[in-house]
Amino acid sequence: MRYAMAIDTRKCVGCSDCVVACQTENNVPVGFCRDWVVEVVDGTYPNVSIELRSERCNHCNNSPCVRCCPTGASHFEDGGIVVVNHNKCIGCGACIESCPYDARYSHPEGYVDKCTFCIHRVRQGSDPACVSVCPTKCMYFGDLSDPNSKIVNVLKNRKHKSLAPEAGTQPQIFYLL
Amino acid sequence: MHTRRKFIKIGSLGLGAAALTTGLANWVVGSASSKNSSNGSQSLAYGKKVATYCEVCFWKCAGWAYVTPNGQIQKIIGNDDDPQCNGRLCPRGTGGVGMFSDPDRLKTPLIRVTKDGEQTYREATWDEALNFIATKMKEIREKHGPESMALFNHGSSGKYFTHLLNAFGSNNVAAPSFAQCRGPRDTGFELTFGESVSSPEVTDIRDTRCLVLIGSHIGENMHNGQVQEMSEAIDKGAVIITVDPRLSTAASKSKYWLPIKPSTDLALLLAWIHVLIYDQRYNKAYVEKYAEGFKELKEHVKDYTPEWAYGITTIKPELIRNTAREMANAAPSVIIHPGRHTTWYGDDVQRSRAIAILNGLLGSWGNRGGIYFKEGIKVPEFPRPDYPKPAWSWQDTLNGRYPFAKEAVTNTVIEASIPAEGKKNVIKGWIVSGTNLIVSIPLKEELMKAMQSLDLLVVVDTMPMEITGYADVVLPECTYLERYDDLRATAHREPTLALRMPAVEPMYETKPAWWIAKQIGERLGLGSFFNYKDFKEVLEWQLNKIGSSLNEMERIGLKKFERKTALYIDPNDDFKFKTPSGKIQFNSKELQEAGFDAMPKYTSHPQPEDGFYRLIYGRAPMHTFSRTANNRNLVALMPENSVWVNPQIAELWGIKKDQYVWLKNQDGVVSNFSVKVRITERIRWDSVYIVHGFGHHHKPLTYAFGRGVNDTELVTHVATDPIMGGTGMRGNFVTFLTTQPKKEAKG
Ligand code: SF4
Ligand code: SF4
Ligand code: SF4
Repeated sequence: MRYAMAIDTRKCVGCSDCVVACQTENNVPVGFCRDWVVEVVDGTYPNVSIELRSERCNHCNNSPCVRCCPTGASHFEDGGIVVVNHNKCIGCGACIESCPYDARYSHPEGYVDKCTFCIHRVRQGSDPACVSVCPTKCMYFGDLSDPNSKIVNVLKNRKHKSLAPEAGTQPQIFYLL
Repeated sequence: MHTRRKFIKIGSLGLGAAALTTGLANWVVGSASSKNSSNGSQSLAYGKKVATYCEVCFWKCAGWAYVTPNGQIQKIIGNDDDPQCNGRLCPRGTGGVGMFSDPDRLKTPLIRVTKDGEQTYREATWDEALNFIATKMKEIREKHGPESMALFNHGSSGKYFTHLLNAFGSNNVAAPSFAQCRGPRDTGFELTFGESVSSPEVTDIRDTRCLVLIGSHIGENMHNGQVQEMSEAIDKGAVIITVDPRLSTAASKSKYWLPIKPSTDLALLLAWIHVLIYDQRYNKAYVEKYAEGFKELKEHVKDYTPEWAYGITTIKPELIRNTAREMANAAPSVIIHPGRHTTWYGDDVQRSRAIAILNGLLGSWGNRGGIYFKEGIKVPEFPRPDYPKPAWSWQDTLNGRYPFAKEAVTNTVIEASIPAEGKKNVIKGWIVSGTNLIVSIPLKEELMKAMQSLDLLVVVDTMPMEITGYADVVLPECTYLERYDDLRATAHREPTLALRMPAVEPMYETKPAWWIAKQIGERLGLGSFFNYKDFKEVLEWQLNKIGSSLNEMERIGLKKFERKTALYIDPNDDFKFKTPSGKIQFNSKELQEAGFDAMPKYTSHPQPEDGFYRLIYGRAPMHTFSRTANNRNLVALMPENSVWVNPQIAELWGIKKDQYVWLKNQDGVVSNFSVKVRITERIRWDSVYIVHGFGHHHKPLTYAFGRGVNDTELVTHVATDPIMGGTGMRGNFVTFLTTQPKKEAKG
């Protein structure tokens, strides 16, 4: 099992619903976020293009955050989901420094927090909150090792990229172009 | 004589501070500790989920409020069965909980008093406030007649006050959503097809093969169902054509973006009509069968060639031809989107007519992938006595102007509130519900004059919006999450009913609008119009009549009914449009008889002088008008607006990224606050763009105060549409002030 996400940049409108839904689902304090939206503008008027993409922890296969965590709080769960155990976390912030995607933040209650792929929902067979709220249905969540899954299908049929592959972390969020 | 109504800042009075801590003690977003969970991903225990429909915008998506065992609203999720949202609320709806938890909410009734020669508010009990209003309304009725009470409204609560006023004997009920927003579109489509596209719009976007957006920025305007369907259309490979001086989000997803010179849209539309007709690419069978006036139209657009339009619009003739062909190829599964906010230049009905005519030429009305026929459930009206017949009404405030206004025109109702020598039918009292007139009405001078002349101004709202500072009485309404409301029975592809019920008890001293209207009504001797104790009784009665019950609705939230009529035109049917002749009107006799152009003509509009840029305003997906600028769940996504400036212009002015500037318009009006500059290639060099709804100058909006700039304060030039009274607001030009102007920002 290998959970991953594919996000269609052709459909995303940058509305940030994924951000609000994550906050209310996961009790993320106002002013912090586990996911966010990036807009990249390219070209000169009137030959301009925009890429909109919703970003979050990439649940990397080769994750520096897990490697550098001194307490083992940052760890892998089944399906490759990278999770921080809040009880074990001492808030040292080493993982924040090591993440090339700036995916983590210090929770005001003293631990480090980030996207969990909504593991509590996934275990019950639901999609993560961001995926299930997105008005444009531009996000696909699923199991890469299941050849019949929608995500495997879209990745097969569409050109895609991941972010900063050169960092060597093997990110598992893919952007459909 | 009436004392002049001075603006009072509610927050400076230190009112309701105690209530704040009690109501909010347990309400901190993110307060439920997740420390105890082993994997950092607590799954929250939900006590119950409660049926509601959203009130953050007019789309009114049905959903569920999830309430924790200790009575906090944790999240709001769309109702899967609702065809208006398909289980997916937009960011504002998801963040709607911030409307409920806003610490700045109105908490208790307030009455204007004069203390030591100073006007101020004092906290009042509901009884005091309601008695005060009833006494004033009786005085107005005796002295001037019941018609002298008017209502301005927006949203669900307007209904109860409309009922109250109708029972009282007035139908002076106006909403800015007509003359400041969708009025021109509705009028233009009514004149052409005999009916408007209503709300939610009956555009069949999900099945369209070609979607043309002209000044409509779906995706930034987060009209939920439409955004969802546009995404579906993208998936299915529909061609999108977007006309906008700004690279909108939709434009960036389009096969064709036409970066038009602002104010010239009508020239482009006429050229498209020309191409379709002269290249013989229009839908001949459809036009022959359903339309009249084709010959006249053909003659009328003879000289409106793409070459002619090029000189005006800056859009190349080839591009105009190609896009017209794309539409023709897709016809009749094509939509030239009617838009929504269409009060731009004062000839807006005519522009909307051109859009309607294009749709008619392509045969989209009544065809799959074009415009479908809606169907809704008729909810029976709770028994009541007949309304008295008013001696005069809002139609009389038109004074012979705007003959095609089918809804009340705010501007003329405001005008009727300014007394003058020999003027009959003067309005003396207002109830304002759910609309911040200070921001939504561009005719500020008239608005101020009117408000100063009133004998009574009641404002009902959940938040201390600017308008509350002018009220004699401020009534704190509870939010949509704390009340029962009328059934949502909007017409759509499928008839549906949605229920809104309280997720939690109203906080502070707030009350639902149905209760407020009933209380005032009873004090006016109109109790027989409010023959129920609780609004639940009304709902139960109505639901029983249509084969449901409150019980069932509380369980399912949304009920679907079977459609009885066809979704599209049946080609075997002898279909009649709702126009006087039963046919689509290319050449409008109605307009002609009233002295207007029977077919749209291009007229040029003023252009900015050197150093000035056209002020274009629009929407951001996480905000609704000015009502979300204080919502803590949403402001984190966009705390303030910025002014979009083309890099060449920024360089010319030496303006740096993120620098704050003040804007000054053609009439010398300077923005209250400064605004951050966003230097971007997404905007034309002759225009600047700002998102509407920011720049609040009312301190009680503790978060929103002073953040960004309010576009409407810079709209001092208004071009009024003579056909229906729409206030065209896109003819304003601004320049930059890089140092703080002398005038102190007022607060
Ligand atoms: S909710 Fe969907 S459309 Fe909106 S920003 Fe997130 S990914 Fe994009
Ligand atoms: S994105 Fe950052 S936090 Fe997430 S797994 Fe990779 S390195 Fe770790
Ligand atoms: S579109 Fe968004 S704000 Fe409007 S009713 Fe739906 S969820 Fe609410």
